[in-house]
Amino acid sequence: MTDDVSTPEHPVRQQQLISLHVNGEAHELLTEPRRTLVDVLRHDLRLTGTHVGCEHGICGACTVLLDGAPVRACLMFAAQAEGSEIRTVESLADGGGLGDLQRAFSEHHGLQCGFCTPGFLMLAEGFLAERPEASKEEIREVVASNLCRCTGYQTIVEAIDDCAARRRAALRARVEGTAHQDENTSETVPPRAACEEVPCGSTTRSR
Amino acid sequence: MKPAAFTYHRARDVEGAARLLAELGDDAKVIAGGQSLVAMMNFRLARPAHLVDIGGLSGLDGLRTDAGGALHIGALTTHHAVETAPPEVLGAGFAVLRDAMRWVGHLPIRTRGTVGGSLAHGDATAEWCLLAVLLDAELVARGPDGERRIPAAEFFHGYYTTALEPEEILVEVVFPRPAPYAALTEFAERRGDFATVSAAVDLEPADGPEGAEDSGREGEPELVGGGGRFRAARVALGGVAALPVRVPEAEEALVQGGPYGPELYAQVAAVAAESVDPPSDANGSAHYRRTLIRTLVAHACEEAMSR
Repeated sequence: MTDDVSTPEHPVRQQQLISLHVNGEAHELLTEPRRTLVDVLRHDLRLTGTHVGCEHGICGACTVLLDGAPVRACLMFAAQAEGSEIRTVESLADGGGLGDLQRAFSEHHGLQCGFCTPGFLMLAEGFLAERPEASKEEIREVVASNLCRCTGYQTIVEAIDDCAARRRAALRARVEGTAHQDENTSETVPPRAACEEVPCGSTTRSR
Repeated sequence: MKPAAFTYHRARDVEGAARLLAELGDDAKVIAGGQSLVAMMNFRLARPAHLVDIGGLSGLDGLRTDAGGALHIGALTTHHAVETAPPEVLGAGFAVLRDAMRWVGHLPIRTRGTVGGSLAHGDATAEWCLLAVLLDAELVARGPDGERRIPAAEFFHGYYTTALEPEEILVEVVFPRPAPYAALTEFAERRGDFATVSAAVDLEPADGPEGAEDSGREGEPELVGGGGRFRAARVALGGVAALPVRVPEAEEALVQGGPYGPELYAQVAAVAAESVDPPSDANGSAHYRRTLIRTLVAHACEEAMSR
């Protein structure tokens, strides 16, 4: 199939200036409207952590977060992402090292060839931000969104479940720490109530 | 694959978008969430020369119930927004809509895909199309000449074909009355795929909320639990024709038969299976689809009555 679509009706290909907010950085770029978000991320912004697989929304390798929610970057044009906060797998790194979710995947052998991994990581990141108390059954359901041909999914489910449990424990510890501090100062905040007020995992969500 | 080149237009308001569509003619497509359209463009099954992006328009999303009890859903409301709508916004009377969302693709599709986009796309197996037909929804379309309301029964014309004019934009879908005893279920080869067959029912037990004061009407002896019969019933199927269809024979069987329970549901499901003429294709033979109908209609009845 030829890429040359110049016809009397469409003599010139439109180029458009778009601005994208990716991993906390603003980018301005000139692209064709037909550039999907995943292609802009990979080719224009050189963020090649996001993979591109099927290009029709089945495999989920291109999953990124758009305003905190997991989306298929192959099923939207970059222009549609203007004004939204985009997060890619590159944003998961904790300083120079792996983030907690990435470490959990590594510890539980939640990957083999690794091609699908960026998509699974972003899917899990977005899902846990919304459902920090997710049951294993809910995690199983959500990982059905993406395809992995190596692991058989069991280890991916375990990695996500473990990461969620650790985040919950860390949050509890933090809230309890705060409560103890409060005891020492003025008002006492019961740890349970405080925990309910803090949207668990909200720190991982961009908005 | 990569989509063919097109010119991108971002709409500022519905009226502007409608005018632009009228100007551009057949070569233009509306894009909202794009979860069907972009896939089709990537396959080059669709090659619109112009895309009019309505995704950023304000005021077209959200759910609200009006004074008459009808539920209005803005066209740009995502499937995920319906799935996660709090009970005070989406009450028990419309729980069927919330529960049906888990059948729509997968989470990353539901966070982008819109209710209006799904209806306007008109896939014969789409959950929203089936729900609209089942529950007598009205679809509100706005064009250069103003707004019109189209009953769901007249909206779907066939595969990916609807009553929408090229320059019209779907702005809202209205579900006119609560359906507390309704359910949708389906079967797909893999979870999240388009359904091979989907079945939905909307039942009105004679002892239901509205029926309570009616039981004993026409001099019938008042039985415990309203006699275990249905005052009215609606049955709709997806994946058996070019558009979602009601099955009057099965509806009749539900109202005539009784008392309600697994026996009646199995009987009605068998009637439904024999009343339609499903296609044979790569997803399943007509015989296979009939077998699915026999299971799914019964399951949908059970689920509806367990609410």
